[in-house]
Amino acid sequence: MNLRGKKITVHDMTLRDGMHPKRHLMTLEQMKSIATGLDEAGVPLIEVTHGDGLGGSSVNYGFPAHSDEEYLSTVIPLMKQAKISALLLPGIGTVDHLKMAHELGVNTIRVATHCTEADVSEQHIKFARKLEMDTVGFLMMSHMASPEMLVSQARLMEGYGANCIYVTDSAGHMLPADVKLKLGTVRDALKPETELGFHGHHNLAMGVANSIAAVEVGATRIDAAAAGLGAGAGNTPMEVFVTVCAMMGIETGVDVAKIQDVAEDLVVPIMDHPIRVDRDSLTLGYAGVYSSFLLFAKRAEKKYGISAREILLELGRRGMVGGQEDMIEDTALTLARERGLI
Amino acid sequence: MTQKIKCALIGPGNIGTDLLYKLQRSPVLEPVWMVGIDPTSEGLKRAQDMGLKITADGVDGLLPHVKADNIQIAFDATSAYVHAENSRKLNELGVLMIDLTPAAIGPFCVPPVNLVQHVGQGEMNVNMVTCGGQATIPMVAAISRVQPVEYGEIVATISSKSAGPGTRKNIDEFTRTTSGAIEKVGGAKRGKAIIIINPAEPPLIMRDTVHCLVEGEPKQQEIIDSVHAMVAEVQKYVPGYRLVNGPVFDGNRVSVFLEVKGLGDFLPTYAGNLDIMTAAAARTAEMFAEEILKGTLTLQ
Repeated sequence: MNLRGKKITVHDMTLRDGMHPKRHLMTLEQMKSIATGLDEAGVPLIEVTHGDGLGGSSVNYGFPAHSDEEYLSTVIPLMKQAKISALLLPGIGTVDHLKMAHELGVNTIRVATHCTEADVSEQHIKFARKLEMDTVGFLMMSHMASPEMLVSQARLMEGYGANCIYVTDSAGHMLPADVKLKLGTVRDALKPETELGFHGHHNLAMGVANSIAAVEVGATRIDAAAAGLGAGAGNTPMEVFVTVCAMMGIETGVDVAKIQDVAEDLVVPIMDHPIRVDRDSLTLGYAGVYSSFLLFAKRAEKKYGISAREILLELGRRGMVGGQEDMIEDTALTLARERGLI
Repeated sequence: MTQKIKCALIGPGNIGTDLLYKLQRSPVLEPVWMVGIDPTSEGLKRAQDMGLKITADGVDGLLPHVKADNIQIAFDATSAYVHAENSRKLNELGVLMIDLTPAAIGPFCVPPVNLVQHVGQGEMNVNMVTCGGQATIPMVAAISRVQPVEYGEIVATISSKSAGPGTRKNIDEFTRTTSGAIEKVGGAKRGKAIIIINPAEPPLIMRDTVHCLVEGEPKQQEIIDSVHAMVAEVQKYVPGYRLVNGPVFDGNRVSVFLEVKGLGDFLPTYAGNLDIMTAAAARTAEMFAEEILKGTLTLQ
């Protein structure tokens, strides 16, 4: 398919999804230098929040080094061209957080729900629209729902006022054919002026391929992170995606060399561990498990002697969804007790 | 024959109907009226078949009968938005309100923690917090009665099928009301509440996790004993309340992993979140009814 001349918006995840592998402990200096680098490279939209969105600061997901307010108010004034977005998961964050983000100058709010539960986003999407924010409905774990279900949920969010809908592969489980089928079906069902977006995880090394497949069926916003810094095996690596787009003639407005330098010089050095497809992140993709469960499962392995892979497979079998990080320790405890380890 | 206190239920939905089943078994409460707003509602018809008087004109349809039928306690299972009006109108007639909405006009009531404190306070409206609050605040309290809790956090996971339109439309109310009650009733200095809706089939039984950060080293044995004692208290009115794992100690963190299985009265057993609300409301009303019958409480 010839995509030459197609314009898309790349949306950077390094400072939000990238908070997961950093256990939400990114320093303000790291945020500043990476955000400035992304801005100079021409990335038009950058997400800055706790990995689990506004209000994610908790025992369950991890306490961040700084509050959302501190991160946002540090980064926003430095931006020359890039706009800043924030993520909000109803049930974790509230409209109060949304108001705070808006007051600090956040341009885009992304309201995320499990892919079958879009109706919990009504009060947040409506409120963001009233504030005339760029408002995105974000359907997580989309591999778990049929194209028809995704259409019904996307339409709910569109009806509340979202001007862009994301089909999100939170588990990095989808293959390019699934991406085309699901996003294509949703694209046909939405109003022409409603944008469509894709957020990938690289657990099966499909981040770039899936994102290109999404563009082929009409997605105009693509999430990616410099050096892939994100949950699981990371997000779609931004520098690779931008380079592939340049080769295919897809216009991202991002400078190929500069984004490579951000990844190499600013992001790789701050990694606590290599972001790669190891047996555990591969299991996330294989079993369709929420990518941010990875480090929790590895910690439970150390503490309870049950392999992270087994824990993740069990969580997949039990149909756990995003946000149920508490069930990782619970599952490890139950398995350990059954085996007489505790 | 023992005398019973006559009650009205407002809202013939899932919660109202399940509550009706529980009230019919009560030795001290007698459900007399079911109040709805839709004459074609199945819930109203069901209540009528069960022998209740019904009205589809909302609380205004009930008001003229309050005196004649000697209604002394009303349960509101509608929404936070209409609760204030319902409560005002019925309080004027001397009816005590048990609020199952997140309106929280009156003080929070979590039976095993603070029910007895409400005795003799002359309150005309008590609020049942939220399902997640009823399931978790007893555990926060069980820990905070051993040693100070600087931070209490709860994660409630409910099945998609048991999350009604009211909860979905106003999910922020859940987080706000629950976190407030973790502090006010649970005794944590700061509270946070998280709710997750899971669509798995067959529906998952309600799960609740309580994380507390205590001041100083956790007094492990005392906390374990206190948690077990509190589980037993809750089991008195919610037999399917179960400690799955924990208490787990990790530095100053104490975590407790719970499951709440309902009785399956009207709602299926997986909907422990709804069952614990109706069971707590019924238990609260029974305590007030016992006080009225003993003559130690007069409503006015």
